[in-house]
Amino acid sequence: MDGIPVAARTGEPIAAALMAAGHHVFRYTPRRHEPRGVFCAIGRCTDCIMTVDGVPNVRTCVTPVRPGMEIRTQEGLGRWSK
Amino acid sequence: MEQVELAVVGAGPAGLSAAVAAARLGVQVAVFDENSKPGGQLFKQIHKFFGSSQHLAGVRGYDIGQHLLEEAEAAGVAIHLDTTVYGLFPGPRLGLVCHGQSRTCRASGVVVATGATENALAFPGWTLPGVLGAGAAQTLVNLHRVLPGRRVLMVGSGNVGLIVSYQLLQAGARVVAVVEAADKIGGYAVHAAKLRRAGVPVLLSHSVLSCQGNPRVEKATVCRLDQLWQPVAGTERQLEVDTVCLAVGLSPLCELLWMMGASLAHDTRLGGHFPVHDEDLRTSVPGVWVAGDASGVEEASTAMEEGRLAGLSAAEFLGKLTPGEAKERKAEVRQSLEALRSGAFGEIRRRAKAQVTQEAGDCFAGWRQL
Amino acid sequence: MPAGASFDGYPSRGELESSPGYPSRRRMESGPVAIIECVQEIPCNPCETACPRHAIRVGEPITSLPVLDEDKCTGCGLCVPACPGLAIFRLHLHYRPGLATVDFPYEYLPLPEVDTEVDAVGRDGGVLCRGRVVAVQAGQKTGGTAVVRLAVPAEFAEEVRSMSGGLEHER
Repeated sequence: MDGIPVAARTGEPIAAALMAAGHHVFRYTPRRHEPRGVFCAIGRCTDCIMTVDGVPNVRTCVTPVRPGMEIRTQEGLGRWSK
Repeated sequence: MEQVELAVVGAGPAGLSAAVAAARLGVQVAVFDENSKPGGQLFKQIHKFFGSSQHLAGVRGYDIGQHLLEEAEAAGVAIHLDTTVYGLFPGPRLGLVCHGQSRTCRASGVVVATGATENALAFPGWTLPGVLGAGAAQTLVNLHRVLPGRRVLMVGSGNVGLIVSYQLLQAGARVVAVVEAADKIGGYAVHAAKLRRAGVPVLLSHSVLSCQGNPRVEKATVCRLDQLWQPVAGTERQLEVDTVCLAVGLSPLCELLWMMGASLAHDTRLGGHFPVHDEDLRTSVPGVWVAGDASGVEEASTAMEEGRLAGLSAAEFLGKLTPGEAKERKAEVRQSLEALRSGAFGEIRRRAKAQVTQEAGDCFAGWRQL
Repeated sequence: MPAGASFDGYPSRGELESSPGYPSRRRMESGPVAIIECVQEIPCNPCETACPRHAIRVGEPITSLPVLDEDKCTGCGLCVPACPGLAIFRLHLHYRPGLATVDFPYEYLPLPEVDTEVDAVGRDGGVLCRGRVVAVQAGQKTGGTAVVRLAVPAEFAEEVRSMSGGLEHER
């Protein structure tokens, strides 16, 4: 996450792995730069979105981890990097 | 175009029960669910369910989920996972998205069992990481085995608030307090008793005013409320918590029915807006049923019975049951629903449902004569 | 402030004594017996089928309060882990001179070890006295609900309903 390795269990959602590793801020809002984290944990609210492997706005609570995934704290609406 | 006899939206307790009931009568059933695992919210229910011994009471939610899946498999139900139903159109046709690919499916009948969503509560600081739904905390702890925090304030003493508080204790968190805006506990006392004997205070006529922290929750301010649920000045108290869980009710998820033009009604006893339905769970759109929390928020046990009822009614509509057989079998399920809705807690929902289904029944009968 | 199950989260003495699942003092004196602390009409009846002697009756509708036939009850304790609400206990008032045992359902890990001393707590979580764990029935056969038997001074037996020291956050 943001360049630092995070251990995860096979198949668990990104959000679970990050919370287990002590990360609770997943993104910052576009206008006021306020922190956001997990709110519903079942893929409804989109509060926990991050940039995953260059794709912004990925719902981390319902997206399983994969080895080597690059996860970035999302700034605002995020940006496609590929 | 893909074609199924009965499409069921949602693989939770209501959807699976509907699918099993219909498939056992020879209906070709396809269940669609946006999640990668079936079961809806059943697999995070680690407590033993209430209800009747004949209907799996005393069995933990995840075991009920497993049981339903086995029944669905044995009945030949096809469950399509990772498949979001994004639209419901006249026909009826379903718009589906699976792994980024969209397709359309035509069905002779549709059961909408989309469940409910947790309500939020807005107060200064409610957007901070560390404020989350009680159901979210339950998912994290019981499914993913991660504690959202170590010191928790639970807002709401309905069964969800009480049960999730207990499960957080079991997972090793400390529940600093449960606050309840009303002047009595909302859920069952037996759930509250488990918390009380573990030393958790339940503060009645109390709510959360705000929470503070950077970048996540570090403190929450609670206060007493007067009879009109207004904060009483001077009663503010700061609690050291890193997590605030909101257990302030659920609302039916009925957008699909809404977009299809099904009539909606509003009743706070059932969680807000819900699709109008008769006692067979038929909506105002012919060939479309609703079941479970989507038809008005209740419990998993009632959701399963409603699913059964909708499945039977759909099978009857599709010609797999004679009206006589259907009448008898539906009456059985309705009786079980009545039993689950009796008692001081169920009575409110029983009356709400009775009113809704009677009005809808009269109304639908009127339409058929037009 | 009104008292009782809906307000305190646990039944008051009055609610217990007027509920049909709470045995008489005479019955408690005469040997082990089930204590059913279920005072709200909720749809639930596994206690009825759990009892091999048919000493607990819920009947129809299933929201009826469980009725304990205290003469049929042998105090076997099978109903204790069967109650989904964890609201049934077993009381043996005359376990040893001056000592009673209380069996309560327990769903926390780790389970206490036999012969350890723990704080015995009441319905409100307050510590009442010390108690000694005399038996632990693990939950494998009872859907995960363990049962802990605690020996406590007899005068606390009607109040002791759990123990503390097992919860992770307390350590």
